[in-house]
Amino acid sequence: MAEEAEKPGAHQPTALYIAVEQIGKRVTGVVEELGGIASLGWSVARWAVRPPLRVENLFAQLDFVGVGSTFIVMLTGVFSGMVFAHQSSRAFMLFNAESLVGPTVALTLTRELAPVFTALMVTMRAVSAMCTELGTMRVTEQIDALETMAVSPIQYLLVPRVLAGLVMVPLLTMLFNTAGMAGAYVIAVNLKGISPGTFIYRTQQWLDPEDINEGLIKAAVFGLAVTLIGCYKGYNASGGAKGVGQATTQAMVSSALAIVVLDYVVGVALH
Amino acid sequence: MAGAQPMIQVIDLHKSFGSNHVLRGVNLSIDEGSTCVILGTSGSGKTVLMKHIIGLLKPDSGRVIVDGEDIVPMTPEQLAVVRRKFGMVFQGSALFDSMTVFENVSFALREHTRMSDDEMREVVRRKLEIVGLVGIEDKYPSDLSGGMRKRVGLARAIVLDPKIVLYDEPTTGLDPITTDYVDQMIIDAKKALGVTSVVISHDVASAFKVGDTIAFLHGGRIVEQVPPKLLRQSQNPAVKVFLSTWFEKGEY
Repeated sequence: MAEEAEKPGAHQPTALYIAVEQIGKRVTGVVEELGGIASLGWSVARWAVRPPLRVENLFAQLDFVGVGSTFIVMLTGVFSGMVFAHQSSRAFMLFNAESLVGPTVALTLTRELAPVFTALMVTMRAVSAMCTELGTMRVTEQIDALETMAVSPIQYLLVPRVLAGLVMVPLLTMLFNTAGMAGAYVIAVNLKGISPGTFIYRTQQWLDPEDINEGLIKAAVFGLAVTLIGCYKGYNASGGAKGVGQATTQAMVSSALAIVVLDYVVGVALH
Repeated sequence: MAGAQPMIQVIDLHKSFGSNHVLRGVNLSIDEGSTCVILGTSGSGKTVLMKHIIGLLKPDSGRVIVDGEDIVPMTPEQLAVVRRKFGMVFQGSALFDSMTVFENVSFALREHTRMSDDEMREVVRRKLEIVGLVGIEDKYPSDLSGGMRKRVGLARAIVLDPKIVLYDEPTTGLDPITTDYVDQMIIDAKKALGVTSVVISHDVASAFKVGDTIAFLHGGRIVEQVPPKLLRQSQNPAVKVFLSTWFEKGEY
C-alpha cells in the first residue's frame, strides 16, 4: 500500500481523506434529515389548520398516545420518585438536612426527570408503533392509495399523531410529577422517618409554578419532536420489512438523542 | 375507437432521478373509453410514467393532459380535484389493513360526499357486485385471497365513478387462474362502467387480452403504440426481442 501511495498520479485516498469524507457524509446526512423533519413539521402545521378537522382520528391518537401510556408513565414516575427520595435522603442525612428531600425531589422531577422520562416512555411505546405503522403503510402503498383518493396523507395520518404528542406528553408529565411525588413521599415519610409536615411544607416553600411550567414547556417540545421524528422516518420508509425495521430503529435512536439535546437547549433558552 | 377524444395525452415527458434519466421524451395518447396497456421490462419506467399521469410526480419537462387539462402546473389543491377523476388499483391492492372491506370501499365516499351510512352501504354493495363479490363487507383484507383483494381494490377505485382507472401490474405474482380472473375483471369493469383504463404490465398474455392498444415503453420512450394484433408485426428491435422471449416460452 505504501509503495502504491508513493506512485505519482496513483491518487490513492489517504486515511485522513477517507475520514474527512466519512465525516462530511455524516454531517450532510444529519443536515438533510433535520431539513426533512423541519419541512414535514411545516407541512403538518399547514394541514393542521385546514378543514376538515378529523376529530375521530385525533381522539384515536390522543387515546393511543395518552391514555394508553398512563400506566407505564405512572409506574416509571412512582419508582423514579422512590429511588430519588431514597438516594437523596441518604445523602442529606449525612449533614442533617433531611428536610430538603422533598424540594430536591420536586425540583428535579418537575424540571428534568418528568419531561425527559415521560418523553422516553412515549417514544418507546407510542412513537415506535407510529413509525412501524406508517412505514408499513408506505411500503404496502397504502399511503399512495390515500393520495390517489385525493386525501392528504399528511392531514389524515400525520396531523393527529403530532397533535397527540404535543398535547399528551405535557399531560403525562403532570401525571409523572404526581406519581413521582407520591412515591417520594412514601419513602421519605414512611421509611426514612421524615415528618409529613416538613416534607410538604419544604416542598411548597421551594417549588415555584415556574418550575412546573419549565417542565411542561420541555414536555411539549419533546412531544412535538419525537412524534415528528417517528412520523418522518415511517412516512419515508422504503425497502420492505427490513426497511421498516431500520426506520423504526433510526426513529428510536434519533428521538432519544433529540430529547437529551433539546432538554439542554430548552433549559438554557428558558434561563 | 375512431373519432374518440383523447382522455389522456402525454407530450414529450422527461424525468430524471439524479443521473438516472428514466423518461426521455414520452409521447402517449389514450382515447376516451379505451384500454391502453403500457408494456415494458422491469425498470423501464412504467410506474414512473403512471405516477406522472395521476400527478404523484412532477416531470422535469413535458405536459400531461387529463380530460383537457394540463395537470403539470397544477397546485396540490387543483390536483386533488383532478384525482377524483381517477381510480387506481395497486399491485399489492394497498387496501387499508386496519379497515373492513366496507370501510375500505366507502373511504372515498366518507371523504368526498355527504352520504348517509345507509346510502353508502347501498353504493358499496353495488360496486362489490360489479366486481363479483357479495356479502364480504365485514371481512378484513387479511381474510381475503389475492384475487379477492384485487377485486376489492377495484371496487374501491370505482366507488366515486371515475373517468379513468389505472391498474399497476394487476397480474404480477398471481397464479394463471387468478390472472385470468383479474384480466376478466378489467374487461368487465370497462364494459360495465365505460371507463378509460390504463394498465401497467410486463405480462404479454394479459396485455394482448385486455388492451385495445399496447404502448411499448423502452429506453425512456414509447417506441410503439398499436392494437395488439399489429404489435406482433412490429419491426422495432426492442419489441421484437421482448415478444420473441415471451413467445419462445410458449406462454401465449
